[in-house]
Amino acid sequence: MDIRLKVNGTEHALSVDVRTTLLDALRERLELTGTKKGCDLGQCGACTVLMDGRRVLACFTLAVAAQNAEITTIEGLAGDNGPLHPMQQAFLENDAYQCGYCTPGQIISAIACVTEGHARSDDEIREYMSGNLCRCAAYPKIVAAIRQARPLMETR
Amino acid sequence: MRPFAYERAGGAEAALAASTRHAVQEGPPPQYLAGGTNLLDLMKIGVMHPPALINIGALRGAHGGIQADAAGLRLGALAHMAEAAEHPAILSDYPAIAQSLQLAANQQLRNMATLAGNVLQRTRCNYFRDPSWDACNKRRPGSGCAAKDGVNRLLAVLGVSEACIASYPGDFANALAAFGAEVGLAGPDGSTRRIPFEDLHSLPGDTPHIETNLLPGELITDFHVPAGPWTRRSLYLKVRDRASFAFALASAVVALDLEGGAVRDARIGLGGLVAKPWRSREAEDALRGRRLDETTAQEAAEAAFAGAVTHGENAFKPELGRRTLVQALLQAAEMEA
Repeated sequence: MDIRLKVNGTEHALSVDVRTTLLDALRERLELTGTKKGCDLGQCGACTVLMDGRRVLACFTLAVAAQNAEITTIEGLAGDNGPLHPMQQAFLENDAYQCGYCTPGQIISAIACVTEGHARSDDEIREYMSGNLCRCAAYPKIVAAIRQARPLMETR
Repeated sequence: MRPFAYERAGGAEAALAASTRHAVQEGPPPQYLAGGTNLLDLMKIGVMHPPALINIGALRGAHGGIQADAAGLRLGALAHMAEAAEHPAILSDYPAIAQSLQLAANQQLRNMATLAGNVLQRTRCNYFRDPSWDACNKRRPGSGCAAKDGVNRLLAVLGVSEACIASYPGDFANALAAFGAEVGLAGPDGSTRRIPFEDLHSLPGDTPHIETNLLPGELITDFHVPAGPWTRRSLYLKVRDRASFAFALASAVVALDLEGGAVRDARIGLGGLVAKPWRSREAEDALRGRRLDETTAQEAAEAAFAGAVTHGENAFKPELGRRTLVQALLQAAEMEA
C-alpha cells in the first residue's frame, strides 16, 4: 500500500506491506532507529512515540493506520545541534539509564506523563510510567529526572 | 503475521458493509480495528488470523463521546480508556468505573484502546495464547484443555466448565456488569438492538470458542450505565502480583446505597477469577436490608463464591476473592458519598 507518514514535521511517502507496524516503518524504512524494538508485543514500552501529542506504542500501530497523525519520535525532540529537550537534559543529569535501550521510550513517555498532568508526585510518576520497563532498573533516577524536568517543561 | 485485506471505513454503515464483503465461507471472520492493542497482539503470536481488518477509527466522531445526565452515563464505543478514566462526571459519580480503567493496563495502552475493544479483549490463558500447545478448546474446539492441569493461577474459578477455565482478564467490563449497563449494537443488515451488558459475553460451557452473543459483523456502538443511588459510593479494588500494569488475580466492584449503616441496595461485581464479566446477585441479596459489618460482608463473600471450582494452582483464589470483596465492601461503607 502507498501511504504517507508525517514524522517530526516531515511528510514521507512510502509503499509498505499492509502488515508493517509503525515501529518497523520508522526503523527500517525511514531510518529513524531511535525508537526501539523491545518485546514487539506491547509489554515493554521501548517503542513509545507520540501520535498527535498522545503517547502510544508503535509496535501495536499499523503504519497504514498511522496516516494523518503527527508522529513525534525521540529524533524530533531537539533540532540538529539545538539544545536538548528539558526531559533529555534531565535524563543526562540524573544518569537515568545504564544500557540506554529503553531510554528513548522512557523519555517520550516521560514527556507525555508531564503534559498529561500525571507527574505531580513520585507515586503518580511511578504509576503513569508503569508501561516503560527498564531491565537495568534505573527507576529511581528516572523518577528523579521527571521530577526535575517537570517545572522546566511547564515554564517553557 | 499472515496477510490480510485492509480497509478504512468512513462511517458505521461503510464498516458494516465492509464486514459483510470481506467475510469468507470457511475460516475466521473479518475484524474491526480500533486501538488494535489486543488484536495485533494475537495476530503477531499466531492466535488470530482474520482475512481482513476494517479500520473503524473514523467512527470516533459519531461513536466516541461520553455524556452523563440524570438518566445515567453514555459511553461511546470508540472513546479511549484514558478519556473515560479521567472524565469528571465518571470520577465524581461513577468512581468504580473510573478506577477500573485507571488500574488497567498502562497509559500508552489506555491511550490506544477503546472501550468496546477493551470489553472484547480475549483471555490471557497461556495455553490459548501459545499455538504450540495442541489442547485448547477455545483456540481449537474439541482439542481439550491443557490449563486444568497446567499453569493456571491467573485463571478462573467462577463460571468455568469442564471444557475451559480461562479467565476474562478485563476490569472495566466487571463494573459494567455490576452496574447493570446496556450495550448498543448495530448489525450489517441495518438493524440495531440493545441488550443487557451481562448478555454480551457467554459462559464457556461446551463451546468456549464462542465468547460473545454478537452476531456476525455486529458492531458495538455504545454502553449505557443507568443512574442509581449506589453509583457515587462505589469503588474498584484490584489485587495483583505487582503494583501496576498487571492483570487482576482477584478484583471486586462494590457500589452501595446505604441508609443509616444498613444496605438499601448494592451492586457487586467480581473480576480476575471469573469466566466472563461477573455480577454477583448472590452477594447483593445477602446484603440487602442488612447492616454492613465484617460479619455480613463475610456472608456476602461466602455467597459470591459458593459455586467456585478450583484446579491445582488456583486453589487459593476463592479465599483471595472473598477477602478482596470483604475489604472492598468495608472500604465502600467508609466512603463519603
